[in-house]
Amino acid sequence: MKGDRKYIFMFLLPSAVLMAVFLYYPFFKSLYLSFYRTKGFFDKKFIGWDNYSRLFSDKLLGAATLHTLEIMLFVIIFQVGIALVLAVLVESIGRLQNFYRSVFFFPVVISGTAISLLFVLFYNYNFGLLNGILANFGIEKVLWLSESNALAAVSIPTVWHYVGFYFILFLTAMSKIPSDYYEAAKLEGINAFKRTTMLTIPLIMSDIKVVITLAITGTLKVFEFVWVITSGQNGTEVLGTYMYKKAMVDQNFGYGSTIAIYMVVFGVLLALLANRLLKREEITY
Amino acid sequence: MQPTISAERNVQRGEFRRFRIGKALIYFVLSAWAMTTIYPLFWIVNNSFKVSRDVMNNSFGIAWNVDLVNYTNAFDRINIGKSYINSLIMSGSTVLLVLIFGGLAAYVLSRFTFAGKRAIYSLLYATLLIPTFATVVPVYELLIKTTMVNTYWGLIFPHTAGNLTFAILVMAGYMSTIPKELEEASFIDGANRMQMFTKVFMPISRPVFASASIFVFLWSYNDLFSAFIFVNKENVRPIVALLNEISSQYGTDFGLMAAAVSLTVIPVLIIYLFISKFIQKGLTEGAVKG
Repeated sequence: MKGDRKYIFMFLLPSAVLMAVFLYYPFFKSLYLSFYRTKGFFDKKFIGWDNYSRLFSDKLLGAATLHTLEIMLFVIIFQVGIALVLAVLVESIGRLQNFYRSVFFFPVVISGTAISLLFVLFYNYNFGLLNGILANFGIEKVLWLSESNALAAVSIPTVWHYVGFYFILFLTAMSKIPSDYYEAAKLEGINAFKRTTMLTIPLIMSDIKVVITLAITGTLKVFEFVWVITSGQNGTEVLGTYMYKKAMVDQNFGYGSTIAIYMVVFGVLLALLANRLLKREEITY
Repeated sequence: MQPTISAERNVQRGEFRRFRIGKALIYFVLSAWAMTTIYPLFWIVNNSFKVSRDVMNNSFGIAWNVDLVNYTNAFDRINIGKSYINSLIMSGSTVLLVLIFGGLAAYVLSRFTFAGKRAIYSLLYATLLIPTFATVVPVYELLIKTTMVNTYWGLIFPHTAGNLTFAILVMAGYMSTIPKELEEASFIDGANRMQMFTKVFMPISRPVFASASIFVFLWSYNDLFSAFIFVNKENVRPIVALLNEISSQYGTDFGLMAAAVSLTVIPVLIIYLFISKFIQKGLTEGAVKG
């Protein structure tokens, strides 16, 4: 159409400007800062790869990476696993499907901060819900946020929060499987369990892959749960909270940026690895 | 003949029973998970109506004597109303900007052919890999330099930029399915591109605008990290940042905490119940493709 060039430019401009100023420029600035030793915003000195070699000797960062990976493992096994089981079960029932869909999804719309606060009240030693239950059964109170339990304690709300999200993705994927597949299985006399493991799951494998990738990249961004529940103490420091502490609390912008870049690279590598491991042919119906 | 029939019937009955037990088990498992999502919310709302002492001593008891002291505290002492308004202004503006700017960009990307379009798409997909952590320091610096830190714009701009990628991809996906004939018809009627966008594409794309706005709103409303770095002064603080503040400052006032969580969650939940179908549809249209 005549004069399209003008419109292309005009219509793309506002988004391009906003994203350039608040995403791309800051991203490259972070990359740039990762090569500097900084004191506040104004005093900085080029130090080459020093921040990066510091990454490798930073024991706290190693611990944070390990904790993040541990939460990631919980998330992949339990969050994705529970979501898959629930989706298979809901798919198999006739009544109440919509009820379960709505109920399972609603933690997703609640803020992680509110959920964290809720769990702070659950875990409280003296008056929390969990120790209240234990007391009812005459069992001794448990220190839920101790060194040995704390990481699991922050993983539980993290997992719980997003089960519903993946549950809905799985349900949608299942609803796309043509019904004649199931009819054929029925004629063959295959039972429900076999039908699920041999038919449904292989057919939605590409969606499982997407979900696992989302779970991996999502876990790298975990922040609220750890920050509100334990502030990263008792062996729960994750990459997100550690980066925040270095960059914003210690005001060490250079090293903080290096950690952020490390998180991006780490995330991309993990996502690529997951996709490699789960490599499969795309199925089209 | 007779015996065979009854034998068959017995088999059927056996199958029927197994079937029933299986079904019952399924409903039991599903209801058990449903309890894990419903009960905690009931617990927190229930406890928000008790004085802190009762929350501590008897957190399971139902609050028959509704006590609103926590709610009056929430509004008077920590001014949760102000934070509500802040949240609505900032997240609302973010949604509006994302829809307008993202809508225009999505329109161009889905309906125009031009050099560099593929490159723009690749860039957008790459952008999805940039987490807030990798932009927060320079954005903070920028906001300080432009004195936008601790103003509404200090959160609106970063949030808009952060959500544009997702919104553009989802909206462009939807708009590319709109038939070409509609465009041609409006062209013959003498509409220019801007009119085409406002008169043809905006109305037809209403469903995707709706689901995109729901998601952008939720992300913005629920994002603690940016909020408590960029806008953490009392007069601009959104509700999630206030919650974080409560947990560190009033960590022993259980009633107040319960009320604050309830106040944050309940409105979202009520709206959710009305539009839950819409949200789930939007999710499956957008997120999987994106």
